[in-house]
Amino acid sequence: MDMNEIKEIFFQECEEQLAELESGLLKLNDGDRDPETVNAVFRAVHSIKGGAGAFGLDDLVSFAHVFETTLDCVRSGKLEPGPDVLKVMLKSADVLADLVSASRDGGSVDESRSRGLVKELEALANGELPSSSGAEAPRAASKPAARAAPVPEEALKPTDESGFQPIPFTFDGFGEDEEPALEGSVYDVTFKPRRELYSKGNEAALLLRDLSRLGEMSIACDMDALPALDKMDPEASYFAWKISVKTTRSEDDIRAVFEFAEWDCDLEVRLAEETPSDEEQPMIPVPFDLSILDGASEAEEEDKAVEQAAAEEAAAAAVSAAETAASVAKAAGAAARAAEKKESAASAAAAAAAAQNNAAAASAGQTIRVDLDRVDRLINLVGELVINQAMLSQSVIENDTTGTSSINMGLEELQQLTREIQDSVMAIRAQPVKPVFQRMSRIVREVADMVGKQIRLITEGENTEVDKTVIDKLAEPLTHMIRNAVDHGIETPEKREAAGKNPEGTVRLSAKHRSGRILIELADDGAGINRERVRQKAIDNDLIAADANLSDDEIDNLIFMPGFSTADKISDISGRGVGMDVVKRSIQALGGRISISSRPGQGSTFTMSLPLTLAVLDGMVVTVAGQTLVVPLTAIVETLQPEASAIHSFGANQRLISIRNSFCPLVDVGRILNFRNTQANPVDGVALLVESEGGGQRALMVDAIQGQRQVVIKSLEANYTHVPGIAAATILGDGRVALILDVDAVVAASRGQSLRPEMALKPEMSLAATG
Amino acid sequence: MSYAVKNLVQGSRELIAFRIGDQEFCVNIMSVREIRGWTPATPMPHAPSYVRGVINLRGAVLPIVDLSARLGMKDAEPTARHVIIVAQVKSRVVGLLVEAVSDILTITDENIQPVPEVSSDLEKQYARGILAIDKRMICMIELDALFPEKESEAA
Amino acid sequence: MKKKVLTVDDSRTIRNMLLVTLNNAGFETIQAEDGVEGLEVLEDANPDVIVTDINMPRLDGFGFIEGVRRNEKYRAVPILVLTTESDQEKKNRARQAGATGWIVKPFDPAKLIDAIERVTA
Repeated sequence: MDMNEIKEIFFQECEEQLAELESGLLKLNDGDRDPETVNAVFRAVHSIKGGAGAFGLDDLVSFAHVFETTLDCVRSGKLEPGPDVLKVMLKSADVLADLVSASRDGGSVDESRSRGLVKELEALANGELPSSSGAEAPRAASKPAARAAPVPEEALKPTDESGFQPIPFTFDGFGEDEEPALEGSVYDVTFKPRRELYSKGNEAALLLRDLSRLGEMSIACDMDALPALDKMDPEASYFAWKISVKTTRSEDDIRAVFEFAEWDCDLEVRLAEETPSDEEQPMIPVPFDLSILDGASEAEEEDKAVEQAAAEEAAAAAVSAAETAASVAKAAGAAARAAEKKESAASAAAAAAAAQNNAAAASAGQTIRVDLDRVDRLINLVGELVINQAMLSQSVIENDTTGTSSINMGLEELQQLTREIQDSVMAIRAQPVKPVFQRMSRIVREVADMVGKQIRLITEGENTEVDKTVIDKLAEPLTHMIRNAVDHGIETPEKREAAGKNPEGTVRLSAKHRSGRILIELADDGAGINRERVRQKAIDNDLIAADANLSDDEIDNLIFMPGFSTADKISDISGRGVGMDVVKRSIQALGGRISISSRPGQGSTFTMSLPLTLAVLDGMVVTVAGQTLVVPLTAIVETLQPEASAIHSFGANQRLISIRNSFCPLVDVGRILNFRNTQANPVDGVALLVESEGGGQRALMVDAIQGQRQVVIKSLEANYTHVPGIAAATILGDGRVALILDVDAVVAASRGQSLRPEMALKPEMSLAATG
Repeated sequence: MSYAVKNLVQGSRELIAFRIGDQEFCVNIMSVREIRGWTPATPMPHAPSYVRGVINLRGAVLPIVDLSARLGMKDAEPTARHVIIVAQVKSRVVGLLVEAVSDILTITDENIQPVPEVSSDLEKQYARGILAIDKRMICMIELDALFPEKESEAA
Repeated sequence: MKKKVLTVDDSRTIRNMLLVTLNNAGFETIQAEDGVEGLEVLEDANPDVIVTDINMPRLDGFGFIEGVRRNEKYRAVPILVLTTESDQEKKNRARQAGATGWIVKPFDPAKLIDAIERVTA
């Protein structure tokens, strides 16, 4: 793995963190005050900042830092995350997302926007706590100022009476520092570790080693505090060192050596007045044995060799001192290991319990990342497997008449297995709609800001899962619809107030599973469709006749007609003048349907129904006018054999079928699809009772039912084009292509003349000549 | 079967010639993916008359165009001897129903004569030149012009 | 024998950087994604030094350090804290929990290795 790959990972992670951030902020916005929510939000920004820092993405770091500081105020309870605060934070999350994108893809971010937000964030952080928590004191100043006044030097001077036994050290064996420090100054360092130093995993000897790297040094060890062996506390600290180091480095460099330990020791660093005189500190060169610090470490082999070669009698005391110091720490572990097995077991048990508590969360979050191509390859292969299995079954049935052979049983098992494999593979691609929904909340914010409206987005069912392709392709039409809802659907706060509504508009985006499909609803509580205007517009654009008699529902659905655009002006927000017809087309391309219902003054609701997967479908295979068609099983309520007495003519060319005393229109599929010109006799065929998106049942007339099977959906659009009334194609066991019926489109086409243009016979077909 | 591209002389190109009725046409070999025998197609509702339907080409749905009908001649009555030229037209793959493949031609630009003025709009639209080879007249067709992209893709 | 480092960090980015840096520097690296996992793998990992982040879900760095220190076997193992904050308060809390030292982010491979060498023999 190289840095570029890690950077790639970083950006992936950023996406996740940004999603986490936004959903957390939205939860807070909804009044959630769970500390873990705040923590998660903080962590998200913190993580982005951490990674960004590692890659030197300074813009990202500095913005994240300010954001984080403000979030920290929320976390510590200094700042109440009210609506105004969250508004700034949500915007900041958007800018952070932009900065991430800019860092990844190049490009720039609206600087005035980010600068403005930085100011707002800083104001929030400062507003309530004048003594900013974000103030980062420089390191030097951050040292505890109230450190005990330096002990007068005299007191530390080794004297025989006080038992201070000067044990001189010199250091060699440290290659880089071997040359004598030229013109260096001599510092006197007194260092007395407290027991906490060892309990935090620091070791005096290591600190001394590091200190020795700064220059030539001599050490005196004070073992005076060492009690009798039987009184000795293995974890106490009994030694103090007085070190004299000659170095070209500064006092700060010396202090930096003790950076990790400064809280757990008494440390004093002073420039020595004079070069230490001989009488004061007789120097006997003794190698400083570092290997004793880690008896088990072969890594220190070299040092050990040095030590052995130079071990001198004078070293004994020093070594034993250092050894004791080192072993205090080590022994603590060893002794305790034997003595306190129980406690250790207890803490292990506690950890295990904690682990168990989190086991659910852990297993839920256990994921691997797989390249989508690999999954798709698998899905394609399984698709081929399904077709092959069907073809195999068919040829066995055609060639084998015994019917009970082991081949048949094996085939059945194969079919079962194939089916299971397919389901499992499909599940891999299923993902919650959450990410798309989250993107929408940003769009609502931004557009609402732009047009000066107050809008609240409520999302429901974000965890509803659907195939990734569906999710990916959903974003664009949904974005467009959300923009429309905010820009045109919801009124300005003034208008809303005048109408006695809450000045804040609501857009509700929800997802749920319904009979094997995913149902997505987008509802606003705006003014609803202006039917008069829509109608006029449709007449102006030659979409309907001036005297057309349309129901409210039909008028509302005119907005999906190609060439219709309700906005008098094409605003920036609704974008490029894309109409709802494009939205409808993209939904249809996904095998989905969209409809609108609107109530004047109360708002509009768009309902989209989409397949859960674009790969397979449970279908009923039927025959219509000699052709084999597949009807999605989810659409079929029941099948029935019509009796002549149940068929009633109605008007010029409508027929109704009575089913349990209610009358249901008959739809001749063969005629709708132009497979035949004459009306089929219902009594000769089978009726499929279907429930359509627009509500109401219809009886689809087909000639015969061949059976039910799962079929692999093949795109017609890839090489051909969208065909009205046909959802997609599939390949049956005989290797031939069969078309999958788009039940709703067929029902819509049967419903009346007004919407007929949609099912127009005019070839908008791709293969048509344009000349 | 497929045709490997031979080493082409500078400025020369290879074409596949085929027959429709008593006329010969040719297309650039580079756009031809494979040639296969006729198999019955599944008819498409509301399709233009020249679209015979769709067939299964190794798991993909391939529309079959009756080239005769598409060129304004009479509808084909496919037999087992008819062939389908599987051709790449822009981003899509289309099957062209023709009577038979007659030749593989290597020509240079000098062999190509301009389309005479007499042609109607339809011929002007697809015909890119006329070849005279062994007293035969072969019309060179531009498939991209015959099958424009979907509107939605062009937009 | 290679020295073993246990790293605990919830950021995939940082985990990967730690892994690459430590492996390149000749350490054996064991990784955990948060404090809870850190404590879980501690026994098996038997690390010579631990590098941990502070802000993590489930169990943060402070809690993790305390957990390690409660384990008799590891009460003296050096623990370095990765911290974005250079502020004293965080360091202080980490120290109170039993951290040996810290590495101030942004992540810098040299700083990391230097800090590890400072606390290990």
